[in-house]
Amino acid sequence: MLNALTLLLVCQLIGEVITRALVLPVPGPVLGMVLLLLILIIRGGPGDTLKHTANGLLGHLSLLFVPAGTGIMLHAERLENEWLPLLAALVVSTLVTLAVSAAVLHLLVRRRQQKP
Amino acid sequence: MNSADLSGLWVYLAATPLLGLTLTLLAYLIAWHIHQRLAAHPLANPVMLAVALLVTLLWLTDTPYQTYFDGAQFVHFLLGPATVALAIPLYAQLQRLRQMAMPLGVTLLLGAVTAMTAAWIVGAWLGADAPTLVSLAPKSVTTPIAMAVAEALGGLPSLTAALVITTGILGAMSAQGLFRLMRVSDPAVQGFAIGLAAHGIGTARAFQLSPEAGAFAALAMAANGLVTALLAPWLVPWLKAVM
Repeated sequence: MLNALTLLLVCQLIGEVITRALVLPVPGPVLGMVLLLLILIIRGGPGDTLKHTANGLLGHLSLLFVPAGTGIMLHAERLENEWLPLLAALVVSTLVTLAVSAAVLHLLVRRRQQKP
Repeated sequence: MNSADLSGLWVYLAATPLLGLTLTLLAYLIAWHIHQRLAAHPLANPVMLAVALLVTLLWLTDTPYQTYFDGAQFVHFLLGPATVALAIPLYAQLQRLRQMAMPLGVTLLLGAVTAMTAAWIVGAWLGADAPTLVSLAPKSVTTPIAMAVAEALGGLPSLTAALVITTGILGAMSAQGLFRLMRVSDPAVQGFAIGLAAHGIGTARAFQLSPEAGAFAALAMAANGLVTALLAPWLVPWLKAVM
């Protein structure tokens, strides 16, 4: 548990250092995720403790959004003024993204199945 | 205890990190309980309920967000290692990822660009300002990545968090109806589309449809986080320039 948490934090730290040193546009934790994925590929998979710790963190993932989500109160004025463009943008883009992704993947998978 | 004592007690408690931290966990537990009671209905999203409880409480007690966040930041901090931990479910899907690499890669690129561009076009057309548009762009990816992208590009991370959660709920609510309309029944295709458009909340919904849909949703969520983080720094300035 302690080893696994340390590994996650070390990956994040290295990610933060690299992204700042090289002025990359990618967030440090995302780079840390790529780094950990590379480590897992080299090591041939996560050990039980790492799996367990990751499951613990990801199992309560929605809790971790609550402090930031509560920050919505800082934007009460913006939401009051811009609720229509915000809501319309979210509804339209979510439906369009779902439809485009499903249609493209559906066609590509079907074409591949018909080929052989 | 009279009301002066009570407000004195509140002022004391509000100044320590203990209160913000405890309130976050309590609000989440209450929200989770309500969510379970309503048979995990997508409308009763636990994050949305917990945030509503906390905002109401802070508003009623006239407590500034910063005071609350001084305590809640300990929970917030865990988003970093949780993002790193996404490598583990991603690794679990590596075999499938290799098998379907081409179709998934093409879909991922098109879907990621569509999500950012569609939100930007509609928002700009209806008159949202630049910081709002930047906050909107990464709304289809998981919150830690979306917030980091918004922050790096001049958006408002806390607004992005709210938009991400709303997107997740909208996606989870609408996906099945849309797929029925499109006659898309392959669980892999359904799951990948939900995870791509509606991140973790969509992924939770996909797991309710089938384990296969859930696995592909988790894959799409992790991969879209990465692709959006990589594409947004180029796409957002371009959208800013042309719209």
